[in-house]
Amino acid sequence: MNMVVCIKQVPDTAEVRINPETNTLIRDGVPSIINPYDVHAIEAALQIREKAGGKVTALTMGPPQAEVALREALSMGVDDAALLTDRAFAGSDTWATAYTLSKAIQLLGADIILCGKQAIDGDTAQVGPEIAEFLDIPHISYIRKIDEAGGGRIVVQRLMDDGFDVIESSLPVLLTVVRELNVPRLPSLKGKMAAKKAMIRKLTAADIGAEESSLGLRGSPTQVKNIFAPESRKDRKMLEGTIEEKVEALVRELVGLKCL
Amino acid sequence: MPIVVNKDTCTGCETCVSSCPYDAIVIREGKAEITELCQLCKACLGVCPEGAIRETGESGARREKSEGTGVWVFAEQRDGVIAGVSFELLGAGRRLADKLGTNLSAVLFGPNAAGPDELIKWGADRVFHCEDELFRNFNDEPFAALLSRLIGQHKPEIVLAGATPIGRSFIPRVAARLHTGLTADCTSLDIDGESRDLLQVRPAFGGNIMATILCPETRPQMATVRPRVMKRAEYDLSRNGEIVKVSAADVGSRTRVVETVKEVSEVAVNLQEANIIVSGGRGVGGEKGFHLLYELADALGASIGASRAAVDEGWIPYRHQVGQTGKTVGPRIYFACGISGAVQHLVGMQSSDIIIAINKNPEAPIFDVATYGIVGDLFEIIPLLTKRIREAKGL
Repeated sequence: MNMVVCIKQVPDTAEVRINPETNTLIRDGVPSIINPYDVHAIEAALQIREKAGGKVTALTMGPPQAEVALREALSMGVDDAALLTDRAFAGSDTWATAYTLSKAIQLLGADIILCGKQAIDGDTAQVGPEIAEFLDIPHISYIRKIDEAGGGRIVVQRLMDDGFDVIESSLPVLLTVVRELNVPRLPSLKGKMAAKKAMIRKLTAADIGAEESSLGLRGSPTQVKNIFAPESRKDRKMLEGTIEEKVEALVRELVGLKCL
Repeated sequence: MPIVVNKDTCTGCETCVSSCPYDAIVIREGKAEITELCQLCKACLGVCPEGAIRETGESGARREKSEGTGVWVFAEQRDGVIAGVSFELLGAGRRLADKLGTNLSAVLFGPNAAGPDELIKWGADRVFHCEDELFRNFNDEPFAALLSRLIGQHKPEIVLAGATPIGRSFIPRVAARLHTGLTADCTSLDIDGESRDLLQVRPAFGGNIMATILCPETRPQMATVRPRVMKRAEYDLSRNGEIVKVSAADVGSRTRVVETVKEVSEVAVNLQEANIIVSGGRGVGGEKGFHLLYELADALGASIGASRAAVDEGWIPYRHQVGQTGKTVGPRIYFACGISGAVQHLVGMQSSDIIIAINKNPEAPIFDVATYGIVGDLFEIIPLLTKRIREAKGL
């Protein structure tokens, strides 16, 4: 069983704050991490390998610094790591990112491709399904449990708004996973040592045989027009006085609005 | 690179450095420099006091603008019931179509005899309906294949779907196949008066910033839209429209739904449909504090919500969680009690009509989104408020 796990290095958005005076991000001391959902995807691949055998490759696209994320994946126990890095990839939206990753996956070969449900910086959840379309393979999103994997098929549970669906698919297949799926292991000391020394394969646009017009900014159908801070409410009324007066004022407002 | 620094006007003040979420701006020899880490997120544009950071014109005009007319809405259904978000999309789609002077179509997959007529009453001019049993359960491939085929045949300029588990899973396949742009989880949509392009606004970085996204050259412009954000149009019994039956010939699936298990939590349903929600955060202090909120909720006939902090502390189950990683709610009144207002919570409740914030910290960001703010100790305020509301309601 050949598996590829797509991971992304992201700023830890839980730590990002907006400076209300300048409307800019305050990023001081915000660490770069592996997208948390992707860590669960790595764990899922390792668990499948333990049962069915095979090989797990971690794949990421990003600047040379993204190698740090791959070494972290290696320390958890993935067998191999590949870094898609090329100036031609800069400015990719989800379409161009998925195209680029799909070309690399074609090169690496995979029976199961795993991705996190979404990345916490962009929150689009689009790259996984788009990769599956480019590869012309089925995909199943929001996997919360893997019941069976092997013998050319897979049975999984897909989390939905009102419960879950049990779904069977042929292989190859792409899965996007949610956090309920598993508890990721911590890197072992041995894993960390091995990760330090491991060779990371670098892939450029030429290596994956990508069409230049489909890469990076040029290959991206969407553009960011502008970025702004979420607006604060203009009709805000702070209620003043003693506790009794504040509560009284609130009840009066609610009665006035026919809310009671 | 399309974002550049004018070295003549840059003073090296470093304001831009901290604005970049990707560490892509460095100061070299007293001037800002944008490195290869740049993701073109544009967070730095407009930050520079000297106006030295700008975009170059390279980004536009890559290919000819493709053609399309009409606004389409994918009307999602599950178990033969059309999802509420579909009616919200028809409301949003109707406004966009009227602005563009074009028509509004809905697309419905799966058996539902009364569905097409219902969609027309909610604002659609035309409904494409495929009744094939293949669509009784949700599988990504057939949904993507048939929707792609219809779009290819009829060439709409805009396609909207709900940012639900279903929409967010299969719509990306459609966009990939049609080689067009897709914007996820939009919270606001409008038409640019000049270019007639769709302005798609969405939160990013966990809701810390909002981005306006364009899809300038390819058509259709596609977006998934967050449920409970758009307003429905009027339900109009006198509306008429065209119903187009669609066949599922040549559409297959390599996945199969073996079983569907319902785990409907009443709480979750209640939250999303609640008229009034009383929510608690870290300031509530524990399970005991939540008892006070239950009493208030009882007096108001409200549902109980919570911030992630309160859920993480184990004071209340996850199904009550409101926010980026919980439910998005839009009640008439939202009480935020002891909730500081982390952005990840705000994005889940900001569209509430009236927000009442009760917090002892006057600087808490929750007050920025509040309609009414009370600074003070919730352990004093809530019991008193409960008592006064009971009196006002004659309970």
